[in-house]
Amino acid sequence: MSRIGRAEVERIGRLARLRLDASEADALARDLDAILGYVDQLAALDTAGVAAASTVVPIATPLRADEPARSDAREPVLARAPDREGDAFLVPPVLEGEEEG
Amino acid sequence: MAGAPATVASLRTALDARAVSARELVERALARAAALEPRLHAFVSMRPEAALREADEADAHLRAGGPRSALDGIPVAIKDNIAQAGEPCGCASRILEGYVSPFDATAVARLRAAGAIVVGRTNMDEFAMGSSTEHSTHGPTRNPWDPARSPGGSSGGSAAAVAAGVVPLAFGSDTGGSIRQPAAFAGVTGAKPTYGRVSRYGLVAFASSLDQIGPLARTAEDCALALDVVSGHDPRDSTSLPEPPTRCREALDGRAAGLVLGLPREYLAADGGDPAVLRAVEEAARELEKAGASLREVSLPHTRYAVATYYLVATAEASSNLARFDGVRYGRRASGARTLTELYERSRSEGFGAEVKRRILLGTYVLSAGYYDAYYRKAQQVRALLRRDFEAAFEGCDALLTPTAPEVAFALGERTADPLRMYLSDVYTVSANLAGVPALSVPCGLAHGLPVGLQLVGRARDDGTPLRLADAFQRRTGFHLLQPELCA
Repeated sequence: MSRIGRAEVERIGRLARLRLDASEADALARDLDAILGYVDQLAALDTAGVAAASTVVPIATPLRADEPARSDAREPVLARAPDREGDAFLVPPVLEGEEEG
Repeated sequence: MAGAPATVASLRTALDARAVSARELVERALARAAALEPRLHAFVSMRPEAALREADEADAHLRAGGPRSALDGIPVAIKDNIAQAGEPCGCASRILEGYVSPFDATAVARLRAAGAIVVGRTNMDEFAMGSSTEHSTHGPTRNPWDPARSPGGSSGGSAAAVAAGVVPLAFGSDTGGSIRQPAAFAGVTGAKPTYGRVSRYGLVAFASSLDQIGPLARTAEDCALALDVVSGHDPRDSTSLPEPPTRCREALDGRAAGLVLGLPREYLAADGGDPAVLRAVEEAARELEKAGASLREVSLPHTRYAVATYYLVATAEASSNLARFDGVRYGRRASGARTLTELYERSRSEGFGAEVKRRILLGTYVLSAGYYDAYYRKAQQVRALLRRDFEAAFEGCDALLTPTAPEVAFALGERTADPLRMYLSDVYTVSANLAGVPALSVPCGLAHGLPVGLQLVGRARDDGTPLRLADAFQRRTGFHLLQPELCA
């Protein structure tokens, strides 16, 4: 039984902001189905009562001195934008359909 | 090239004795790269003028007051996902085509302050997602031992550059084996430090709870010299370990006496991989026993779940980390989009390669409503169990000895059509990332004429012991000095 099909891949694609054509979605569905089949072996392992790992190597949260400092990164950052207007990143209309109205 | 391959330590001696200059070393590295690159493709960009200028500065320092560090005047290479100011940082991805970093990664800043000279940036799997260096927008890197084979990945360019003698030292990143598996496939020494030992600031994030920068070099001694330069707390990475690191080089005394080596039965099972690889690893265990270490069998019972756990945790984190590539602030933007959503979708769909899309989708799926508990939360629980396995094993031993990979270098093209099979080449390396413990790979022989890697794993924070064992092994053996014919 297949765990994941084309429609599900397209749905996840929308969540991930990836646009997939039909043949790409079909191929990805096959790959993801095989991978999910493999990871399903975890379901057989009893983990009741096991606290999920949240840190890797336990350390106390380090604090640094509260000293103001300048970063002066505005121009180098904006200079790397694909499109800008003054001190702002330029993008197409945020609301769908706005370009018509 | 005659004689033993150059090491950082031997070049240090030569530089300090004025037998060679930093300029000559950089010129040699550039000439060797020019001669071998058409066959290897280890690099994605070179910086010849800047490197020669920095070599002259290093030579001036050496004349004026002696070396600034063990790496002063030494040519090095860095992986294309580690930022250097003024240089491209493309992660072998189309979405970062043309991007030039405005800042140095902390590891690079420390290397530069120490006088190391970056000659170029090495090829990799896109965003470090792969085990073969085939998922690169620049095309694959070839293994110096056999150009029809992969050098492993994702730090395959760094491994090939060291194996071919272009540079004595290169840096890579290791999220699930991306330093160790290529080190094994290319016959060099590569170390993944304890999580947090080296700052991740300026390392383009793939899976933040697993990523570590580390060295690839000819010897464990060179890896120790490199780690002593780049390790240490960084206020810009709150996960970097707060305590001052122990000096790794000082831990190398050539002795293994008094150390207990654990042999995990799950990694050494007769059905677990290429029998020729297993034989070389068992020989290496006996060599370390002769050097004074005692051997004992141990068990890491959750090992069989490691790859599944890894591909859930790593892809979940990747799907979140790679959300930043949206065509708005930097990187490649699709042209002609009429709405912001279309801009995001088209920039990402055109900019990411197939493997990156596969992992973003898997990660998005396992974090999505209805699946989070079954996949992501479950994986984090199993991760805790894997970490406990290591803690329990280390109650009875000082380091673990395993194969680095179940196989030798595979042929280019052999696995690209089967992602799951590619993932399984990480079977022996992912656990160390999930548990945060230090692990390295050293050459321990040849099988089928190709290098075999021996993995040594240490306790969290104890980066010195695996290096000490690897160094003791290398003082007794010559596998790390073997060179491919291509480089003769």
